[in-house]
Amino acid sequence: MGKYFSFFRLRLVTGLQYRTAAFGGIITQFFWGFMRIIALLAFYESDPSAYPLTLEETSAYIWLQQAFLVLLSARIFDGEILNAVKSGSIAYELCRPVRIYDMWFARETAVRLSGAWLRCIPVLAVALLLPNPFGLSAPADPLCFLMFILTLTLGLLVAVAYNMLIYVSGFYTVSTDGLKLLAASVADFLTGGLIPLPFFPGGVRQVLELLPYAAMQNVPLRAYSGNLAGEELLRALLLQIFWFAALTIAGKLLCDHAEKRITVQGG
Amino acid sequence: MKKGRKSVSPVRLYRHYISIIVRSKMLDKKSFFLYSAGMFLTSFCVFLSIFFMFQRFHQVKGFTFREVLLCYGIVLMGFTLAEIFGKGLERFPRMVRAGEFDRILLRPRGTILQILGSQFELGRASRCLHALIVFLYGISGSGLCWTWQKILIVTGMLAGCCTLFCGLFLMYAALSFFTLEGLEFMHIFTYGLNEHGAYPMGIYGKEVLWITTFIIPFAPVQYYPLLYLLDRRQEAYLAFMPLLAFLFLIPCILLWRLGVRHYQSSGS
Repeated sequence: MGKYFSFFRLRLVTGLQYRTAAFGGIITQFFWGFMRIIALLAFYESDPSAYPLTLEETSAYIWLQQAFLVLLSARIFDGEILNAVKSGSIAYELCRPVRIYDMWFARETAVRLSGAWLRCIPVLAVALLLPNPFGLSAPADPLCFLMFILTLTLGLLVAVAYNMLIYVSGFYTVSTDGLKLLAASVADFLTGGLIPLPFFPGGVRQVLELLPYAAMQNVPLRAYSGNLAGEELLRALLLQIFWFAALTIAGKLLCDHAEKRITVQGG
Repeated sequence: MKKGRKSVSPVRLYRHYISIIVRSKMLDKKSFFLYSAGMFLTSFCVFLSIFFMFQRFHQVKGFTFREVLLCYGIVLMGFTLAEIFGKGLERFPRMVRAGEFDRILLRPRGTILQILGSQFELGRASRCLHALIVFLYGISGSGLCWTWQKILIVTGMLAGCCTLFCGLFLMYAALSFFTLEGLEFMHIFTYGLNEHGAYPMGIYGKEVLWITTFIIPFAPVQYYPLLYLLDRRQEAYLAFMPLLAFLFLIPCILLWRLGVRHYQSSGS
């Protein structure tokens, strides 16, 4: 466990150095957040009765999504891990007395945490100061906030476990570019990255809420405002735990299988 | 160039560059098709999200689903064409950082031509196809009465869109002469306008419309001609507004020239 924690800490400290990159990201995320909220408001004005959330819940959802984008998004990958098989650097990693899956998992988690830490504070601070209906309001009650932190953590773990499947697939396909793009585009849509899940038509939404994608963004971002609460939240929480376990087991099995038949590229 | 020595025309040289890139991409067909499919799927998901929104709300600020698709199709196609041909500009910051621009300066050819010829994103053609399908689906139900003027306006919007995004990519590349790294905030204007420009700029309110009219001329290629096209407004000058995108190229090219003069090699 200690050695994986070292990988984790190393990556975390490295990630915290990229402040200029984070600054660019913050500006971009502000713009994205604003445009999303304005567009949703335009739809609200067209037909308030069809709007599935309150305006405060919408703003909370969008700003938290932008603030924690790096933490939860299923379309952000670690290029180094992604190209490990293609570039042949996997050979070095195989030499180490560590389990590849666990090491990558620790690294990926650290990269996400450090990236999100640098970005989330400015975004959240400004969003809290913005006037209604654009701003981020305080959480509905302390319990909501607690549940938000809990589901956010689980959301991160599910997202990492999902990405691990793409990394591991590199053992089988060598070039992960195409698969990465396919997985990222589908995930972006199904997690609620383009429009929040409550805007999907009823039947589609019910199916989507069972999938691992909903466990990544949909649950924490709606738990914060109290839009997802009570029994529904409990069910979502259990699903998050289930998907984390299922994706991790699948990833580990695939990884073990692949390590036995790996061909190292390059020279 | 020495007298009497025959040189290849820029067009032929560019075609040669592209054919090399395409042939190399075709060597790994599986990866190419996966990439194409991924590109198609990415924009198809955006289409689906628009579809779901209109199933629920039916219209947004007076624009119907088909009308928005018309707008989305044109913007996406213009952006994708700019990306296919202008990918080299987007990769340019890396080129500067690696010191590869020195090599380009040594060759007796235009810098922009060589950079454009360094990349060709054929895999994105699938997204162009998707844009075309969306566009045709949009016009089939928008009840437009087609005259040759309107066809010209659509062509103008498309050309304007593509030019504007090419200009923005050029500006992004030129800025890297000064900063040595890609400036992520420029993505707001390229990827951001592509994504949020799926809806007519008018729905975003006065402030956004003002910025996209006077700072980055996006509304002149997207929103104003669309109003004329859909008979919302009758002023004929709206139809000519996409021409502003060509004017926008001038400062972009000047910035590029300034950057080249400012260039100090960073490589070893």
